[in-house]
Amino acid sequence: MDHHLILRVVTKLLVAPILLYGLYVQFHGDFGPGGGFQAGVIFAVGFILYGIVFGLRRLRKSFPDYFVHRLVALGVLIYAGTGVVNMLLGGNFLDYNVLAEEGYKGQHWGIIAVELGVGVTVFGVMMAIYYSFAGRPPRLDDKDW
Amino acid sequence: MMSSVLSHSPILVVLLPLLAGPLCMLFGNRTIAYFVSILASLCSFLLSVYLLSLVSDGTVLSYHLGGWAPPLGIEYRVDAANALVLVIVSVISILTLPYARKSIEGEIAEKHHTLFYACFMMCFTGLMGVTITGDAFNVFVFLEVSSLSTYVLVALGAEKDRRALSAAYDYLILGTIGATFFVIGLGLIYMATGTLNMVDLAERITSLENNRTVRSGFAFIVVGMGVKVAIFPLHRWLPGAYTYAPSAISAFLAATATKVAIYVVMRFIFLVFSTKFGFEKDTLTFIFFPLAIVAMFAASFTAVYQVNLKRLLAFSSVAQIGYMLLGISLFTVTGLSAAMVHLFNHALTKGALFFAIGAIIYRIGSPMLPNMAGLGRKMPWTSAAIVIGGLSLIGVPGTVGFVSKWVLLKAALEQNYWLVSLAIVLSSLISIVYVWKIIEQLYLQPAKSDDAITEAPLSLLIPTWILILGSVWFGVNAEFTVQVSTTAAESLFHGKFLEPATIMGLEGRP
Amino acid sequence: MNMQFDVEFLLGHMNYWLFVVLMMTGLYIVVARGNLLKKIVGLNIFQAAVFMLYISMGKISGGTAPIATGNPDEIYSNPLPHVLILTAIVVGIATTSLGLALIVRINESYGTIEEDEILELDRIKSDEEIEKLKTEASNSK
Repeated sequence: MDHHLILRVVTKLLVAPILLYGLYVQFHGDFGPGGGFQAGVIFAVGFILYGIVFGLRRLRKSFPDYFVHRLVALGVLIYAGTGVVNMLLGGNFLDYNVLAEEGYKGQHWGIIAVELGVGVTVFGVMMAIYYSFAGRPPRLDDKDW
Repeated sequence: MMSSVLSHSPILVVLLPLLAGPLCMLFGNRTIAYFVSILASLCSFLLSVYLLSLVSDGTVLSYHLGGWAPPLGIEYRVDAANALVLVIVSVISILTLPYARKSIEGEIAEKHHTLFYACFMMCFTGLMGVTITGDAFNVFVFLEVSSLSTYVLVALGAEKDRRALSAAYDYLILGTIGATFFVIGLGLIYMATGTLNMVDLAERITSLENNRTVRSGFAFIVVGMGVKVAIFPLHRWLPGAYTYAPSAISAFLAATATKVAIYVVMRFIFLVFSTKFGFEKDTLTFIFFPLAIVAMFAASFTAVYQVNLKRLLAFSSVAQIGYMLLGISLFTVTGLSAAMVHLFNHALTKGALFFAIGAIIYRIGSPMLPNMAGLGRKMPWTSAAIVIGGLSLIGVPGTVGFVSKWVLLKAALEQNYWLVSLAIVLSSLISIVYVWKIIEQLYLQPAKSDDAITEAPLSLLIPTWILILGSVWFGVNAEFTVQVSTTAAESLFHGKFLEPATIMGLEGRP
Repeated sequence: MNMQFDVEFLLGHMNYWLFVVLMMTGLYIVVARGNLLKKIVGLNIFQAAVFMLYISMGKISGGTAPIATGNPDEIYSNPLPHVLILTAIVVGIATTSLGLALIVRINESYGTIEEDEILELDRIKSDEEIEKLKTEASNSK
């Protein structure tokens, strides 16, 4: 896509706001609509857009496959780990109340932690899906069309 | 400290494999992944045995997730029935892992081994979760966790035979349709009752017998789970998936996946929907009952004509599922306990048989029956395991197969179903035919002289023989299994599950 | 059963009609189409129908989105079906991507994504296997 000047410029302008919006949705997920699922997808969209326009190779250089796969695992661990921390602090699994002095503040922290885990996993999964489909050798080259 | 850990055991049996799966991926090393998974399944197994010991006298345990009391919060509920299933699943998982470590060497590329363990752990998580949860929607979520990882595990067989891909695809389509039917059913009963907690559902549903929404919900749930169970006409995915999956996975699936699905069917039929419902009894008598009989014969006949040994056993599994359904459809405590006991016994037998066949495939590289000619002398231990497992499939006294058929016959005769008991005996005769086919190949055919085949490695033999010895042990000392499964059946049939439970961990906020 | 098939009945159950139509469309595509990709599309429509069933069930007429506004008299839709469906959507995505990944692999090893061609190739392979066994058996005799 080297010859598409407009696409390249617009993409450069768009990536940052997309990522910012992803973060907004991520950290807005405790008391309002939003959360990890949506945020992870939006965050991944920023990178995938970059990958589509500037090439998979460059994206893979900054986000190698093994890193993406680790992220998928890490998110699940954050989620389950929050539950384990709750259990270590004397509550039931995923009982956020024990995370802070006052119950509702604990809920707040717990939801943020869990949503972060969900966000990381969803981001990783989306990137992994994009890599595994886009990374396959194409039957037709771009110029053969 | 110990007691506070044990008080969380209902969640830990699910949580440990759930943590182990991503940890395998995070380390990215197959040796570490193997030990992490073994550790997780060992702990899960010990905790499930602990749970079984707590509930074997008929108590019911409840664990409130997130500190929210049911019906608002999700609840894990353990009674004798699902504790037994938990033990089955975790035992098979522990035995499968050391077996798989050796057997996948030739079947899966080395770079995928870590992912194999991660997927296996997720599948294990899902199966444990489906079994233990007391929340109807949670069943769906865990069911899909286990199914999705199963599709991947089946597809991993593609490196040896590309037909694994189309088998996995078929399984994916049918499994997803089944799961979606199940969700539709849940949606309908949620619409009618406004709750998803199983105990709460059971309470509210009793007055809704003539409610059409509840009835169609029941139909959707039974058909949806029927696909996962592989009830006779819905079994099309099963032979392909079992045949082309890696051997360790075939054994694991044959021993656990369908069993867990059958347990879910039992739970929905006997606990969530009241046993007093007329339409439910009709479903069992007019749909399950004939299908079970047809499965016993049709699948056994099909098995006789198979050349591929794994496929043969897969069809025999469909027939054995027929026995379990027959037990359920008798609609008595004895029938149900026959189904429960067969669930346990068949897990041992089929697990052992698939293990043994995997060991043969490991040596000769082919699951085709004629290639196994004369292996009885070259692989004596493996062949002996197949013979004992085969005897157990037929139901020869001294093996577990006999115990389950005995209880099933007793249940049929209790109702004066003479023809049914005759059918059970006749279909066992057919299984003699296909078991004899294997034994004939192994012992009576001349061996192919040119190849030097030795006994299977110990890491394949030991899990096989543990299961075989288990099936002999529980065949001789049947009291324990029969007693546990009778408690389980009573718990299911009389709705003990629904009675006030002992709370483990902390009590949730209402 | 005293059921009146009038306009009000039809319109009042609009969401259920749509659910049934979508569900059957999806299921029909899964059953009737031989192209593996189209089967996945059908499966998606089938699942989308279930999402509709749940979401429409949670709607309370006059209710707003279930967000706390501080007004205790606020009527809001039942949020539980939304949450359930969020989970079901994720499951659906996982199934779709796994299905597509399988199709890619199938296409790479079979060279086609038409079901009947794949079945034919599988059948030929099974026949070859059995043929090979037969020739081996006759050779050893």
